Formats: sequence, structure tokens, C-alpha cells
Amino acid sequence: MSAYTNILFIVFCLVLTVQRSFANTIPICVDCEITTITEGVSVAMEYDTLLINKGVYKEFNILIDKPLTLLGQDYPIIDGEDKGEIIRIISDHVTLDGLFIINVGTSYTSDYAAIRVVKSEHFLIQNVVLEKLFFGIYLEKSSQGRIFHNKIIGDAIDEYNSGNGIQLWHSHNVEVDRNIVRGVRDGIYLEFSDNITINNNTSTDNLRYGLHFMFSNDDVYTNNTFENNGAGVAVMFSKRIKMYKNNFRKNWGTASYGMLLKEINDAEIKDNIFEENTIGINIEGSNRITYTKNDFVSNGWAVKVLGACYANTFSQNNFLYNSFDISYNSKLNDNTFEQNYWSDYTGYDLNKDGIGDVPYRPVKLFSYIVNRTPETIVLLRSLFMDIIDFSEKVSPIFTPDNLMDANPLMKRQYDRN
Amino acid sequence: MLKILKYSFFDLIRSRWSYVYFLFYLLLGFVLLFLNNDVSKAVITLMNIIIVLVPLIGTIFGVMYYYNSKEFTELLLAQPIKRSSIFLGQYLGVAGSLALSLIMGLGIPFILYGLFQSDAIFDFTLLLVTGGFLTFIFTALSFNIALSNENRIKGFGYAVLLWLFLAVIYDGIFLMSLVVFKEYPLDTFSLAATILNPIDLSRILILLKLDISALLGYTGAVFKQFFGNNIGLVISIAMLSLWTILPVLRLSHKSKRKDF
Repeated sequence: MSAYTNILFIVFCLVLTVQRSFANTIPICVDCEITTITEGVSVAMEYDTLLINKGVYKEFNILIDKPLTLLGQDYPIIDGEDKGEIIRIISDHVTLDGLFIINVGTSYTSDYAAIRVVKSEHFLIQNVVLEKLFFGIYLEKSSQGRIFHNKIIGDAIDEYNSGNGIQLWHSHNVEVDRNIVRGVRDGIYLEFSDNITINNNTSTDNLRYGLHFMFSNDDVYTNNTFENNGAGVAVMFSKRIKMYKNNFRKNWGTASYGMLLKEINDAEIKDNIFEENTIGINIEGSNRITYTKNDFVSNGWAVKVLGACYANTFSQNNFLYNSFDISYNSKLNDNTFEQNYWSDYTGYDLNKDGIGDVPYRPVKLFSYIVNRTPETIVLLRSLFMDIIDFSEKVSPIFTPDNLMDANPLMKRQYDRN
Repeated sequence: MLKILKYSFFDLIRSRWSYVYFLFYLLLGFVLLFLNNDVSKAVITLMNIIIVLVPLIGTIFGVMYYYNSKEFTELLLAQPIKRSSIFLGQYLGVAGSLALSLIMGLGIPFILYGLFQSDAIFDFTLLLVTGGFLTFIFTALSFNIALSNENRIKGFGYAVLLWLFLAVIYDGIFLMSLVVFKEYPLDTFSLAATILNPIDLSRILILLKLDISALLGYTGAVFKQFFGNNIGLVISIAMLSLWTILPVLRLSHKSKRKDF
């Protein structure tokens, strides 16, 4: 019996090997038998590899309708000559590797993308460089894939005629890792996409957001850098998003912020660094969010709370040298601040347990006044404001009574450098 | 007049207070740059100090100098010299030496820390120019007060009150009126109110040049539009000059009529 099983196994292995050997490699180059990618795709069998050699391929509307691997050697250039979409994948198990795609057409009626994946699974897009694009990588109802180590460099000037770097629409369980996105409208955009992991990406100099969530739940993003975007990250109408160890830097301008939370529930924000943003985090109508161990450094406003935000907790964060730590527009407070370090804290610690004996009130009177009458901001950094801030600190009258950190830390908790 | 200016100037240059003032700024500049090493960030901190301290020191120093040199002034008045030259000479001597202390005291450390290589040079120049203007304005105002008040205590009181008014109380009234009239469009009003006070004007001029101006939001955009173009700059320089010239004119006018 056991011998029979063994033989069966060997035969099975043989069959597999034979089938594998059918998977051919088809070379494509300027003076090969096959000179265009479209032709290559049409002659290829399932699971073949198209080996695209160095050269310029002026093609667009390449339709990949069977499981294939497109492997570029020394970055062959696929030039769409601004005529429209370049690659469309409508089959499962497609791999794109090492391509250089330029000149995607711009349209006001359809979203042309350099690479569009439609209703497919198990795709892998890696080491691809996109330039002069409209939309970069566009996933449409495609799941279980991976977008790894790509570089997307746009030259977007206006929001209305530019597209997003990586866009996920109704796509689930996709991994977006180690990509560099620059100069597009939204660096990475998620709409109706659940269970996505976004790690180690760099999204800079984008017109609108570095990363943008809409109606997407249970996503995680870790170790990303968002720098110098219109706004770093916008998380809107989503649930249970986890945000760890990201870097939000230099999102600076009159309407900029590091992170915008709008209608977000049950999120977790941990170990992030918000540095030199006009507004570190702008929170609107977001509930049950935990903020732990984040650094807020040199922002205009570290945290700006607007509208109804309930049951949020801020603990063990470092608030360092922000013009305003917290801004609040209502007298009602349902959020907790506990054991944070505030660089503006001037209390003392008599029993030396590392926790200040006097509560810290993070809302300055000036920020309260500015919220009510925005024009008063012209008195920023005037002696008068410093004096009334001081008197409010000594005996609070206007700012919410219970809005305070009862146990402020005396020392910065941890140093990331 | 030049002779008296020269005398006052060198008298002050030799005096201890000028050195203290000079050394204070020198130390401040070095400490700031030692702690920070970033020229453009140090400019922000300096701004806070300059818009408060420079007017205060200008006021106190002006009043003090006037009362202290009163006997010498009376001696000069007995000589065949024009009255306006005596007082203008003294005024320019005091304001000039204060401004020199300020510019040298802050200039030296910043130049040593590579001001010319950084792009903060324009901001820094603006800082020194407004600092210079504030010195001249507040010394002139304090001379006026001293000239009108024989009683030293009263004179000192008024001078400090003047500083307190322009540095603190004015902003308080400004703030109250903004809050009370918040239903109305306030951009033009706040622009006008800022221009009318030399301390506020200096503060805004410097703030708008720095990154921090992004915090000012919509109102900031209105201000930037106004001060960003040439007319705005001309108006603000003209306003600062007017603040200097008017008290000086009153000084020479008053000195001619005063009975000593």
C-alpha cells in the first residue's frame, strides 16, 4: 500500500515537472522574433514568462488575459505616448517585474492608469518605475495581491487633471510595501478596500494626501513616511484602522495637516512621529481612538479637535515645542489625557515618582479665543497673549475644567534617536 | 548739532550701560545659536525678545539720559547754540548708540555662525531694521515725555506707562474689539489696528517672513497679500518712519518754546 502511494507521489511530481517545463520563456526585443509586448502576450501560453529586453516599446492598451510573468531586463521602457491606458490585467496570477512605464494619457472622462488590475487575484507588481503618469497602479475589485518596491514619480500641478499613485478600489487583502510615490494627487488611495497592509512606503510632495482612506476598514499602515504633502494622511469614514510607527513630517501650509481623521471609530494610533506640521492631527467626529506613545514635535497645533469626539484616550505621548498643544472648540470634554509628557509643563514633582503633582492643562486660553474668533490669531506671539495665557494657566476660567492631564510626566518617556 | 551728537554719542559709547546693553545682546546671540545652531530658528526667538525689550530699553534709557544730563543741557543752553540742535543732538546720540549696540551685539554672533551662508539673512536684516526703528521711535517718545515733565518720578511713570500701553494694553483692547465685533468682517480693521502700533507692526512684519505665518490661516493670507506687495511694505516703512519723525518734530518744536 505504501509503495503504491510512493509511486503515485513520484508520478504526480513528474507530471508537475513536465507541466512546468511547458512554461516557456519568450524573449522580446527590437530584433527578436517577437518585437512587441502585445504580440508576446498573444502568442504566450498560460504561465509563460515574457522576457522583455532593454529598449523602447511604444505601446498602449496591452491586455493581459492569461496568467503570465512580464519580466523586464535593465528596465525596458514602455512608452504610451499619452494615448491612454498602458497595461490592463484581467487574469489571475500575473506578475509584472522591472518595467519602466512612461507617458500615460490624461483624460477627463476615464481614469487611464499605467497598470490597471481588474477583477483579478494573486497578482504581483514589483520593481516597476512609472513616470509622467495620470493614474499609476489602479486595482479594481482585485484581491490577494502584492505591490512591492515600485517607484512612482508624477509631475502633477493641478488636482483636477491629475491622478493617484496607487489606487485600490473594492480590493481586499492587498499588501503595499516599500513603494516610493511622489508628485501625484493622492500618493496611495483606498476606497472600499478592507484588510490592506501598507508598510515601509515613502509618499512625498503630493498635491493632496500622502495616503487617503475612504470607507475602508481593518487596514494597517506601519513605518511609512509622509512628507511635504498637501496633507499627510486623510482617514475618512473608516473603522478599525491601525497606524503604527509612521513619520508625518513637514506637511506645512495654511490648510495642511499631518493627519486628518474624519468619522473614524476604534482606531489605534501608536508610535508615530508628527513633526513640523501646521496641524499634527485634525480630528472631526471620531470616537474611541487610542493615541499612545506618539511624538508631536514643533507643530503649529499638535492636536486640533473639532466637533463631537468622544471616548478618545491620549496616553504616554510626547508633546514637544508645539505652538499649541491641544485646541478644542467646545466646552464639553469626554476625552482622557493621561501620563503624557508636555514640554510646556512647569509643575513640580515632590515625591520624585516621575509624575507631576500639579495637573497640566493643555488648552491655552489663546487657542480657545482663536477658535471662537479666528482673526485674533494676528496676536500670535505678542506679550499680551503670553500674559493672559499665564493667568489662565494659574486659574482656568474659560477652558474646559476637566480637560487636563492629571498625571503629566516629568521626563520625556523614550527617545527614538 | 553734529558736535553735540558726537559728544552724546561718545559719552554713551564710553558709559557702562552701553557696554552692558551690547554685551547682553552679544551673549543672547551666542547662547541662542549655541543652543540651537539654526540661524532661522534663532530669528524667531530673537523676535520675541526684540519686540518687548528694545522698546522698553529705549524708553527707560531715553528718560534716564535726559534727566541725568539735565544740568549739562542747561549749561549748553547758556551757549549760543540752537535749541533744536541741542535736543536733537542728544536724542540722536542716545538712539544711535542704542541701535549700534543692538546691531553689533546681535550681528557679531550671527555672522560668526554663518549668517551670510544661510538664507535667513533677509529675515535677520528685517529684524535689525525693525529693531533699529523701535529704538528710534521709543527713544523719541521718551524724550518727549521727559521734556514735558519736570518731575522725574512722573516722567518715569509716564514713560513706563507708554511702553506698557503699546506693548500690552493696546493688544488687549485690540483683542477685546475683535471678540466683541466678531460678527463683522474684521480683516481691514485688524490690518489697520496692526499698522497703527509700531510694536504690532514689527511683530507682524517679521512673523510673515517666517514659516510660522502658516499658522495665521485666512487672516494671515489677507495680511500676506497686503504686506507681501511693494505698497504694503512701503506703507509699513512709512508708518514706522512717521512714528519716528512725529515725536522728533514735537521734540524740536517743544524745546524751542520751553522755559528752562
